[in-house]
Amino acid sequence: MIALQLLAETVKPTENNPVLNISIFLAFVAVTLIIVIRSGRNNKTAADYYAGGRSFTGTQNGFAIAGDYLSAASFLGIVGAIAVTGYDGFMYSIGFLVAWLVALLLVAELMRNTAKFTMADVLSFRLKQGPVRLAAATTTLAVCFFYLLAQMAGAGGLVSLLLGINDKLGQSIVVTVVGALMIVYVLVGGMKGTTWVQIVKAFLLIIGAFAMTIWVMAINGFSLSNLLDSAVAVSASGVDILAPGLKYGANPLDFVSLALALVLGTAGLPHVLMRFYTVPTAKEARRSVVWAIWLIGAFYIFTLVLGFGAASLVGAETIEAAPGGVNSAAPLLALALGGPLLLGFISAIAFATILAVVAGITITAATSFAHDIYGSVIKKGKGNPDDEVKVARRTVVVIGVLAIAGGIGVQGQNIAFLVALAFAVAASANLPTILYSLFWRRFTTRGAVWSMYGGLSSAILLIVFSPVFSGTDTSMFGAGVDFAVFPLSNPGIVSIPLGFFLGWLGSVTSTTKEDPKLAAEMAVRSLTGHGAEKAVEH
Amino acid sequence: MSEAVRDAPPKSAIDYEAYEKTPKFLHMKGTRNRFVVPLAIFFLVWYIAYVLAAAYLHDFMATPVFGSINVGLLLGLGQFVTTFAITMSYVAFANRKIDPLTEEIRGELEEMEKR
Repeated sequence: MIALQLLAETVKPTENNPVLNISIFLAFVAVTLIIVIRSGRNNKTAADYYAGGRSFTGTQNGFAIAGDYLSAASFLGIVGAIAVTGYDGFMYSIGFLVAWLVALLLVAELMRNTAKFTMADVLSFRLKQGPVRLAAATTTLAVCFFYLLAQMAGAGGLVSLLLGINDKLGQSIVVTVVGALMIVYVLVGGMKGTTWVQIVKAFLLIIGAFAMTIWVMAINGFSLSNLLDSAVAVSASGVDILAPGLKYGANPLDFVSLALALVLGTAGLPHVLMRFYTVPTAKEARRSVVWAIWLIGAFYIFTLVLGFGAASLVGAETIEAAPGGVNSAAPLLALALGGPLLLGFISAIAFATILAVVAGITITAATSFAHDIYGSVIKKGKGNPDDEVKVARRTVVVIGVLAIAGGIGVQGQNIAFLVALAFAVAASANLPTILYSLFWRRFTTRGAVWSMYGGLSSAILLIVFSPVFSGTDTSMFGAGVDFAVFPLSNPGIVSIPLGFFLGWLGSVTSTTKEDPKLAAEMAVRSLTGHGAEKAVEH
Repeated sequence: MSEAVRDAPPKSAIDYEAYEKTPKFLHMKGTRNRFVVPLAIFFLVWYIAYVLAAAYLHDFMATPVFGSINVGLLLGLGQFVTTFAITMSYVAFANRKIDPLTEEIRGELEEMEKR
């Protein structure tokens, strides 16, 4: 064990093999590009471009959902969090998994039955088109923007770790390459190409994590208890890493707030919701969520083993000292287990992960802009759908350029809060309106608009006035500037109930009544799938 | 062929307000709600109970059960187990009880639209 630790310490990332890492990554890019170009040939209609022709099977879509969901933050972040803070890192993955039950039981099938491409399609079914679509597109774009920025910043950090590129120029070049590749994927392949990239990536990621898990368990005689013992033996915190408290012990309410956003946010994430439209029926949407739950659940069990494995085989101090910090736990564990070849493989997967997730978010944002803002608000639904797809393609380029600029701009900033913020906004602005419009007959346009803008702005304002922005050493503005009047780093515990409350308040104070005929039609169609959008025949 | 952007749902021959009150539809809706609502409440309460225990009951969570495996780890893995179990039971229920009912209703609605 000491020998392995020495190995991890001597083989610094600069001494790992960047050429090997890059070759494996290029092989992934080559394979996925071929897939994207082949699948892009059949992109004729809006349904092809936005929803992959609704022709994916539940199993394929389940893999794609897992690919979308298991971002670099999930893979590198959770393994690292468990390796360094033990049990507290594990609590993250539980929220991320349980959240899928909200999607499975309450949202996925009904959404598939009532809408076409975007979340706003569901909300505007029986409410006023203009204001509701604009609000829904605003929250969608906000969530996508936070998520995208976090992923691009992660790309820069990963580079320094995996390729041994430490200077700012080198990192900027890699961020640009990632952004440019993503634009090509989404422009050429549309939703179909993006989905295939997700499927390939999810498959590789889960296989890779599974192999490492078996390896770690084999070293520990296939006993979880032995693994925990060996992690405790080398940890500076000793037996404390096996119980909650290392990370959130000082501020438990902050953890409760985060946990709420995680469990309620997933079913409101626009890029997750959009995946339900790529399958032909509600039954397939159900199957895809079931596959996603199994794959994501299995993966998070692997991360538990990998996290404690990294703690015992690499050591928390080594991980924190490495370039890339806690994010380096999984790659360093790969190096300790299988040498440069396994490190290269895992690094390539991590890159592929960023690429695939960024592509998925971009097509979601572009669809929402083109379909909701351009198609329905500007053109009032009278525009040509082909023009809409053209607008979507241009939006992809704009978002890609913004993502590259943002990714370069935020390098070195501590912006880990952005993913938590994306979940908080999804839970406070999107989920209340989705649930109300599906299940509450008296919900009105005013309720929807109040809930979405209220949830969005309260989540953002609370973050700005939280310790994330000012008042502590780790804040964005440092300890010197202090306007942190809100004591928690996670706004969910306030903004989520507020989103639900505003939706109720806006509805009961509405003077105009919504059309009861449309409400009845929506109730019947959402539960039965009558008149749902069919798959595209080629 | 491109599809038109739908502004309002297409006008249809079906009186949905009346259909919503037919025994067949109410039966399907009731069956679904009686299964899904208690399940959703159960998993949310159980998750929040776990979160509160993890946030405030550190010593309880640290109690060893066997070997180095403690209460916290078992409860955490328990969340995985219940998530998988709820998923399987919902799918079995939906495939067996709900799908035949919705298929029948869809057929009926399509007939009504043809008239």
